[in-house]
Amino acid sequence: MINRYTLLQKIGIYIAICFFLLFMLLPFLEMFMASLRPLKHLFRSPYQFWSDNFSFDAYRNMWTTVPLLGRYIANSFFIAASVTLITMAFVIPAAYAYARLDFPFKSASLAGFLAVNMFTGAVLLIPLYRVLRQLGLLNTYWAIIVPGVAFLIPMGIWLLRSYLEKIPIELEEAAFVDGASRIYTLRRVVLPLAMPGLIVVATSIFIGAYAQQFLFAITFNQERAYQPLPAGLFEFIGYQSVAWNEMMAAALVGVLPVMVVFLFLQKFLVAGLTAGAVKK
Amino acid sequence: MTVLNADSTARPIRKKGKALPDRVLAWFLIAPAVIFLGVIVAWPLVETVRLSFTDARLGGEHWVGFENYTDLIGDRKFHATIVRTFVWMFASVGLKLVLGLIGAVLLNAAVPGRALFRMLVLPPWVIPIAIGMIGWLWLYNGHFGIIAAGLQYLGIIDGPFEFLAYKRSAFISAIVADVWVGTPMITLFLLAAMQGVSRDLYEAAWVDGASRWYRFRRITIPQIMPVLVSMALLSAIWTFNSFEVIWILTEGGPRHATTTLIVDTYKTAIGNFKFGEGAARAVIIVILLAVFSSIYLFLLNKVNKKYRIK
Repeated sequence: MINRYTLLQKIGIYIAICFFLLFMLLPFLEMFMASLRPLKHLFRSPYQFWSDNFSFDAYRNMWTTVPLLGRYIANSFFIAASVTLITMAFVIPAAYAYARLDFPFKSASLAGFLAVNMFTGAVLLIPLYRVLRQLGLLNTYWAIIVPGVAFLIPMGIWLLRSYLEKIPIELEEAAFVDGASRIYTLRRVVLPLAMPGLIVVATSIFIGAYAQQFLFAITFNQERAYQPLPAGLFEFIGYQSVAWNEMMAAALVGVLPVMVVFLFLQKFLVAGLTAGAVKK
Repeated sequence: MTVLNADSTARPIRKKGKALPDRVLAWFLIAPAVIFLGVIVAWPLVETVRLSFTDARLGGEHWVGFENYTDLIGDRKFHATIVRTFVWMFASVGLKLVLGLIGAVLLNAAVPGRALFRMLVLPPWVIPIAIGMIGWLWLYNGHFGIIAAGLQYLGIIDGPFEFLAYKRSAFISAIVADVWVGTPMITLFLLAAMQGVSRDLYEAAWVDGASRWYRFRRITIPQIMPVLVSMALLSAIWTFNSFEVIWILTEGGPRHATTTLIVDTYKTAIGNFKFGEGAARAVIIVILLAVFSSIYLFLLNKVNKKYRIK
């Protein structure tokens, strides 16, 4: 059949996949190995892949070395989840307008949204700092959430718009014939049908929000209690020494919950990207 | 039609007064996003441009005209930074696209276990970049890291080697780490595009006796081209502005070897509190990216016409 491979081809594919995945997973593997070693075994030359006394001590001690660790992990989630909810509230109506309505400056304003991608946060840090100070948002959760939302709105509109365009317009027309308003149709007809697309877009936004907290956190927030995990991890770097094993353990424990969620969503994500984000 | 209640379809809903015309309604729908981005992105952008004509520091600011720009134009270090940033972008994006394409082809192959393999590509993408870089910091450790150990074992280097301590090796190491961050997303989007290609095309070609390589070249590549080119542009912009990877690995060192424009801007403005000079750099980044994107889209348009895509 069309997709049948010879044994040799199969072996080749598996070997190539192994190399590809090795590159993707090597840092995690080494982080895990490092987290199991006692600190003085970590600094042992020449390098030994296998130590004789692996232990999970680091996973216990890290909570005392950095007392706020639990809080940092929770903060990361809280911030990413807030960013996702707020961004979706901006994105859904706008994406619908771009998918279905005709209005003046439609393509110009859409291009404007996309151009926002060009100046990621780092370009605008100085005035953004002043704006946030004027709004009284510095050193609060909002200092990390607000810029996060701003830089994810364009991607959200872009992804959701192409998804909404695929929903057959006849369904909406049927609702109009019955006298439903635009807003009613959006709420009761379009959104339920777009659910898979909404989940894909929300997941992409969550990934973006979760992955990119570091810059805003170190620049706009000095309050340790509001710091997300990526910034908090650097507390393991002390004046005298770096508790590498505990830092690795904390990093792995911190990202574990979100990884598990994504491993389950993964199939959905690929399917959703095919259906929505990719045009014909 | 299961989503509509029997109820709500059967009974017409009364139109209240006159419905808003579409063009007004549309602006109501996009207004929240426009206003929000106006305050958080557009206004700071205008401010950045204004600041770039001043010598703003912590103390105060005076209008200096084009001085910041003329300083930069005459600064050889800054020229080197621009060149370095483009080298960084082309090398990193090129590798990401090649690896992403290879990855997508591999994960698209109909072999047992591919569902598992698709899951295992995700981690570098879904974790915070800063956390991934902590892992890479340890990998690059010259004495205790696995990469130095492996290269010693293979006899490529003799003795410990600090990857982040020398100019060239630090630059290459940062690119490798950046490629690691960016590849999974490209892999996944290209994979999604490949799955969207109609099976009929492949079957027709197969019936005609086309080889697998021929089908890849003449069906897969043209079909995923639209996704490939838009991913390339997005990735180029993100890579150009990639900050966390470099900042955590090297902070732009050793001796500026990994200082790209965005790192230079951050160091000038936030590190040394030279807001005016930092703003001028930020404006130059925006201009360079705008020019680059326009050239890219212009060339794309030409290529599209040649291949009659849309």
